[in-house]
Amino acid sequence: MITKRLVLSFPPPLIDQPVTFELVRKYNLKINILRARITPREQGRLVVEVTGSKKDMDAGLKFLDEMKVEVKALALDVKFHDERCIECSACTSVCPSGALSVQRPEMRVSFNHEKCIACELCIPVCPFNVMEIVF
Amino acid sequence: MAKTIQEINDKIKRGKAVVVTAEEIIDVVKKKGRSKAAHDVDVVTTGTFAPMCSSGAYFNIGHSKPRMKIGGGKASLNEVPVYTGLAAVDVFLGATAIPDDDPRNKIHPGRFPYGGGHVIEDLVAGKDVKLTAKAYGTDCYPRRKLETWIKLADMNQAVLFNIRNCYQNYNVAVNLSDRVIYTYMGVLQPNLRNATYCSAGQLSPLFNDPLYRTIGMGTRIFLGGGIGYVVDSGTQHNPTVPRTEKGAPRVGAGTLSVKGDLKQMNPRWLRGASFTGYGASLAVGLGIPIPILNEEILDYTSATDADLVATVVDYSDAYPNCIAGNLGEVTYAQLKSGAIEVNGKKIPTAALSSYARAREIAAILKGWIEKGSFLLTEPVFLLPSADSGVTFKPLNERPINNNETSRPATSQSALKVA
Repeated sequence: MITKRLVLSFPPPLIDQPVTFELVRKYNLKINILRARITPREQGRLVVEVTGSKKDMDAGLKFLDEMKVEVKALALDVKFHDERCIECSACTSVCPSGALSVQRPEMRVSFNHEKCIACELCIPVCPFNVMEIVF
Repeated sequence: MAKTIQEINDKIKRGKAVVVTAEEIIDVVKKKGRSKAAHDVDVVTTGTFAPMCSSGAYFNIGHSKPRMKIGGGKASLNEVPVYTGLAAVDVFLGATAIPDDDPRNKIHPGRFPYGGGHVIEDLVAGKDVKLTAKAYGTDCYPRRKLETWIKLADMNQAVLFNIRNCYQNYNVAVNLSDRVIYTYMGVLQPNLRNATYCSAGQLSPLFNDPLYRTIGMGTRIFLGGGIGYVVDSGTQHNPTVPRTEKGAPRVGAGTLSVKGDLKQMNPRWLRGASFTGYGASLAVGLGIPIPILNEEILDYTSATDADLVATVVDYSDAYPNCIAGNLGEVTYAQLKSGAIEVNGKKIPTAALSSYARAREIAAILKGWIEKGSFLLTEPVFLLPSADSGVTFKPLNERPINNNETSRPATSQSALKVA
């Protein structure tokens, strides 16, 4: 079994298509929707955690490609500008997934891309504008 | 076996001084014992890196041709207004100043993306900033408008002058209300869901000299990556607060006013900060060397996070409305563990002060002293201490009745009356 965190961008013609449903039904993939948004011009964006066998995952991704859904790894949409981080730890108590954490006792602050769910809770909390989420 | 600052400086010059950080001294005392440690160690270095709002800088920008009297006019750096009530081309920039067109909290919470602190960071990074000025024009200073790029190297003087930095201790902030609040202590979640604190604890300068036995006017320090000096106690200096048996204040107490040449400084140690819903500020890196003149001073420097306490305060009601009382005390060891207990509830903690950077500052200062490039200074006078009677008063408001004025009539209005 493998798990991927992906950002799916749906072009306007697909907005009324049950694409996620098909991923579950036809490709046997487990989908956890982390965030969803439809913009005024009816572009759909979905942040999902997809779990399944390698074979099902490959087939599912091929299906998305054929449907013209743009698929990107979530990590690419989340930027941690470490040169701006002063390692204060203000973000760490609001981060729900533990992506932003403090290493004790050294009190070093770090960001783990793998754990980030792009919830954006850290954005208003960081005084140094370290986190950038393009969503 | 007491030492003098001069004796320590002689050792520094000969490369023989023993320097350790305020973190390292704890183990040194454990291993060697008090008396041997006091004999062997010459200097303990401290550090802190945190937002400090009462920071700012003054600049002499040089005279334009023709001359312009910006004094009494208006001026800004990257749209951030500067204070001009000085001579012709001297201006003062405060860390919390924000552009006139910043929407502030009109749509709450505002973001405050760029303010005085960010201008200071940009200047120190060597960037060009946009200087604009308007003046009324005089016979000797005829120019009325100015718009130019300027950078730090172009200025005659560029001096960081912070009237209050380095708070000796600080509140732990929590929120008892049922809504999110946006404060200078960060975003506080409702119903005690998080707590924020702001001190480097055992590494913090004034926790290592709690009764100001060595720090005073003229103390040479690490400031913003360069060399600075303590000018005096800072505003709101309040040494007469309750203290632990070992002299450490239980609440915010002493403060420092400091200055240093901005041209020596580094943006790693001076950072513009934006507090959502609150405003702009400047994070300042500051480190102070404590000369180990005797065993008493050694005892102060060997205080640990478990010995130092902070007071938990509700920022939804008690703080804004100046209501006395608090929600108890916690130690810095508890705060740094990641969770504290308040009103029987376990809540996660987060710091606004960077302990990792505080440690780095203490290490840099240690390196400077070991290399012999940084000598200690003898203060001209020490800061007012616990026995000084100095306190911090609230404002006593007195009503102003209609048409009451304390300003004399101007000569023109006097003429009209005549």
